[in-house]
Amino acid sequence: MTAELGHFALTLALGLALLQATLPLYGASRGQTALMELARHTAFGQFVFTAIAFAALTRTYLVSDFSVAVVVQNSHSLKPLLYRLTGVWGNHEGSLLLWILILTLFGAMVSLFGSSLRETFRARVLAVQAMVGAGFLAFTLLTSNPFQRVWPPPLDGAGLNPLLQDPGLAFHPPLLYFGYVGLSVAFSFAVAALLEGRVDRAWARWVRPWTLAAWAGLTAGIALGSWWAYYELGWGGFWFWDPVENASFMPWLAATALLHSAIAAERREALRSWTVLLAIIAFSLSLLGAFLVRSGVLTSVHAFATDPERGIFILLLLGIATGGALALYAWRAPAFAAGSPFRPVSREGALLLNNLVLATACATVLLGTLYPLFLDALDAGKVSVGPPYFTATFVPLIAPALVAMAIGPMLAWKRGDLAGALGRLWAAALGAALAAGAALAYGETLAALGLGAAAWIGLGALVEWAERLRLGRAPAIEVWRRARGVPRAAWGAGLAHLGVAIVVAGITASQCFQSELILAMKPGDSAQIAGYTIRYDGTAQVEGANYHADRATLAVLRDDTPVAILTPERRFYPVESQHTTEAAIRTTFLADLYAVIGEDDPEAGRTVRLYHNPLVPWIWIGAIVMALGALASLTDRRLRLTMPVRRRQAAEA
Amino acid sequence: MRRLLFLVPLAVFAVLAAWLYLGLGGDPSRIPSPLVGQTVPTFAVDGLATADLEGPALVNIFASWCVPCRAEHPLLTHLAAEESIVIYGIAYKDKPEAARAFLAELGNPYRKVGFDEDGQAGIEWGVTGVPETFALDARGVVVFKHTGPLTPETIRHDLLPALAR
Amino acid sequence: MSTMKLSAAILALTLAFLPMPAMTALDATEMLADPALEARARALAKDVRCVVCQNQSIDDSGADLARDLRRSLRARLLAGDSDEEALAYLTQRYGDYVLMDPPLKPATWILWFAPAGFAAIALLLGLRYFRRRE
Repeated sequence: MTAELGHFALTLALGLALLQATLPLYGASRGQTALMELARHTAFGQFVFTAIAFAALTRTYLVSDFSVAVVVQNSHSLKPLLYRLTGVWGNHEGSLLLWILILTLFGAMVSLFGSSLRETFRARVLAVQAMVGAGFLAFTLLTSNPFQRVWPPPLDGAGLNPLLQDPGLAFHPPLLYFGYVGLSVAFSFAVAALLEGRVDRAWARWVRPWTLAAWAGLTAGIALGSWWAYYELGWGGFWFWDPVENASFMPWLAATALLHSAIAAERREALRSWTVLLAIIAFSLSLLGAFLVRSGVLTSVHAFATDPERGIFILLLLGIATGGALALYAWRAPAFAAGSPFRPVSREGALLLNNLVLATACATVLLGTLYPLFLDALDAGKVSVGPPYFTATFVPLIAPALVAMAIGPMLAWKRGDLAGALGRLWAAALGAALAAGAALAYGETLAALGLGAAAWIGLGALVEWAERLRLGRAPAIEVWRRARGVPRAAWGAGLAHLGVAIVVAGITASQCFQSELILAMKPGDSAQIAGYTIRYDGTAQVEGANYHADRATLAVLRDDTPVAILTPERRFYPVESQHTTEAAIRTTFLADLYAVIGEDDPEAGRTVRLYHNPLVPWIWIGAIVMALGALASLTDRRLRLTMPVRRRQAAEA
Repeated sequence: MRRLLFLVPLAVFAVLAAWLYLGLGGDPSRIPSPLVGQTVPTFAVDGLATADLEGPALVNIFASWCVPCRAEHPLLTHLAAEESIVIYGIAYKDKPEAARAFLAELGNPYRKVGFDEDGQAGIEWGVTGVPETFALDARGVVVFKHTGPLTPETIRHDLLPALAR
Repeated sequence: MSTMKLSAAILALTLAFLPMPAMTALDATEMLADPALEARARALAKDVRCVVCQNQSIDDSGADLARDLRRSLRARLLAGDSDEEALAYLTQRYGDYVLMDPPLKPATWILWFAPAGFAAIALLLGLRYFRRRE
């Protein structure tokens, strides 16, 4: 019964989406308030009915209702409760429903916070949002119904891939989808603006908070996914330029560009048509990601459906949404007047540089990800495009943005003073030189460049704060007064840049200074890595909730003093008949000591892999700092989602 | 001119979408073999070596632990018995006694069988998974490779025409 | 869903004709005694794609075939092959597909040269923006 209720609710949501996608548009063109207002209510309705459907699906998992096909395929009665819950979105059908839930949530939020928007504009935004919603609802109902029953119901389910039975991965999709789908709001705003033929400063100000929220989710989601890969996959890597990872990275790059260009559009009315284009591209890349993951065109993505029918459906959605929006863009955007002029060396100039660099990098990742597919479609042979390609192209392309990142915020709008900015950044330059020099002393040229850039960006962000507060040049009370006066958006931007610096430092150090040791050990054997002595004390059999494991005990000693015990495991999940490796990690936040075990050879002993990964935790700490920066910006008064009535009138004037 | 610039995103997207559509039909896990067009690789395992192969013939890589091989087996038997096609077998990563038992149970369609216990010959043949089937012409040149179990359609449309050439 | 081991695991499940991977990468017993040779083998193995897991290098992969390829690669190096010869041994059997670093050839010209082209277009667009304004 629950499944039928969910199915019915989903159908109702589709009906509401179809209403919302059409009537308000008509109302907006005819000036009929009632039809426009309808969108505000249907947006809530869509969300409520989707939430009911999602709750229904969740219930079928929680009670292990094995008459529902997706539960049979992805769950098992012995699975821990948490993973029965997160198993809801651990597969194609359920994750699609989660996607729609978040999509309709954003629609409802636009309706809730959109009271400051012009009536016609709000109606159009919600209509476009509903078009996207209707597309996905139809997709799920027609090709991927999560409420499909099986008869007769089997006694138990097939279980969930044990690699997915992990807290890190359990919450990775919701965050990531929050980001992917959040970009739909920027898309709807862009299309509505094109429909109205009007992109002004108010538009850019409305787009920013939604993009910030989506970007924070995307950043956190990607970071969580890479953290999972780091501790679960068992060889210390965290980013593999896998097509699925690239599928999440491309919207992130586009959204980052959008965040920056929207600032120029809001403050100086510059780069307006470009900002609209970016808003379209960012969400289109989200849709492309969905296509890549769900259509089976790329090998990595066998994780989800490999049904070509689904691929065609998403491609159709992508074609209508992106094709339609870009056609509208080609038609309407040429009429947008150019904004206020600015010099190449200026805040706008720096934002433009950021955008050009990010767009180039994003295009390169897109090319590298799709190239094998292109060659295959032309029958021109089969190649792999792996990490060596991406590091060789992406890193040099993104480098100019890293250099400019510290300078940009120091430049004035319209016409900046490069020499002056560089002069005020002397401390950052000194820090960068010291960091690079230290790395060079270890003979690592690449590390010198990376750590130099990290110090330059991080100290640059600090210098910019100090400048704003007149730190060290004004009395403490004055500094305090200024600190309170600094807009939250400025704090946020600095924090995000600081986060980038931390991430760059983490990636560089972990890549250049990693130590690795692979050896066979017998109980009592010791090994040395990065100043630690690791003693293998043997392996014991342990029983988990739904697995058996070999658990090794490794004593970590420093100068003969025990500092930690590492217990890496090799697990076997009988239901899924699969092995996993569980890494044991001891972190000091400056470095990780990372251990995994392999097989036990009767002669040689147990294979033990040990890694010392300097600064690797900084990658995720930096990502959290970046996301916090976005959240800090979100609380800025200027970006509040609901503006007081008086301000609204001022903004419209 | 300026208006044309605004059409560029749409044009790029159209090309991209068309390409993605073409990509939908393909099987991304299919890997073309560089051996096609080359003479047979040099290998020697217990029971079979390069010199034993006389084309036109098929070389079939199988294993007793491989479920699809079982499904494919009647087709091989049919090819050998009804179409008089010479088939050589290589038991890949399989114990010889297990492979012999497999053939004793299902019948032996092979003229000769090699036992590649450690998979080294598999590497020489560029094997990615079993079953795989190669077609050789009279000069001993590989003219066709099929990955996965043979089906009546593959045999009719690809394998037999390749052998006839 | 991210990353390749996951997809590899699922691939292994869907392609039932593969033996179950043991899910551990390079084993200590496979390693060469000569540290210099072993370092070369590791570096090469990281750039060779495991053909059954599709998105992992053979160095990272626990698949049986990856292990066989690691052994073969080490055997080639022990026999005195240069790095290029050892990789050529694999590409002759499995095609360029096994190389994580796509070789420069007519079919990959666009792949390798387009990023520079993108950068040039970006530069031109940027310059054009300012020229138009002046």
